[in-house]
Amino acid sequence: MKSIEELERIRKETLEKINLRKDRSGIRIAVGMATCGIAAGARPVMMAILDELSKRNVTDVIVTETGCIGMCKLEPIVDVYVPGQEKVTYVKVDEKKARQIVVEHVINGHPIREWTIENYE
Amino acid sequence: MKELALYILDLSQNSIRAGAKNIYIEINIDTSKDMLKVSIEDDGCGMSEELLKKVTDPFITTRKERKVGLGIPLFKELAQLCEGNFEIFSVEGKGTKIIGIFKLSSIDLVPIGDMASTIVSLILSAPDLDIVYKYSKDGYEFLLDTKELRKVLKEVSLNDIKVLNWIREYVEENMKGDMEV
Repeated sequence: MKSIEELERIRKETLEKINLRKDRSGIRIAVGMATCGIAAGARPVMMAILDELSKRNVTDVIVTETGCIGMCKLEPIVDVYVPGQEKVTYVKVDEKKARQIVVEHVINGHPIREWTIENYE
Repeated sequence: MKELALYILDLSQNSIRAGAKNIYIEINIDTSKDMLKVSIEDDGCGMSEELLKKVTDPFITTRKERKVGLGIPLFKELAQLCEGNFEIFSVEGKGTKIIGIFKLSSIDLVPIGDMASTIVSLILSAPDLDIVYKYSKDGYEFLLDTKELRKVLKEVSLNDIKVLNWIREYVEENMKGDMEV
């Protein structure tokens, strides 16, 4: 069973890591979480991103939400912000694509152009 | 939507947009009364009486990006479909409360679904929001209060990945098989 004591242990481990960490990557991943996004599957996409980051021990990336940008039929939409680069907007993302975006773009630094809004037909 | 947890996530997003600092989410099941109740209460900016009257109209939204707002209408429709009831209370400057009552045995009622992921998504969406989540079923009760978790975590934030994983598993364990879709 999960216990509060375990949470205390997580706190200590995290603090040690924060002390070792010199700077944050500044990378931010935002998932569209309005009614349209949620109905299209934004929550499992967000969970897949979190899981992939967690599996790969990436702790310096911020996962957050964004609202509706008026392109509801293209949801789930995921924005990736890398400091010094232009924002990349992925459309019609599913769990599998989300995991690949984390690996290829967020970790390895290569955006997957064919899934971006510019290339959506 | 396919899960009550998704409706709850959607309605809670309204609370976040309303600038809420606290949100209280409750799911209560009473098998003897054949009833499931969902209630969401926040201390956000609330609504004017005028907006409150129109808010269940799908062609009303505060957004500028699109002309429809389906969150509240969808939830109301589900409650009515499930021989239940929908109520909304709001006071400008104080907050909003939404209640949905559903007939538990209704064929149209969707499963509770993944409340653990809904809570984790909410924390990611608004790391400073304090959430109290209460789940009760026929005398069983589970309570999650992010204020209590913050007391344990101190300088470690609630949206740290390891903490989120713990919260997810904690909710899963305490809701037993009730999240199955």
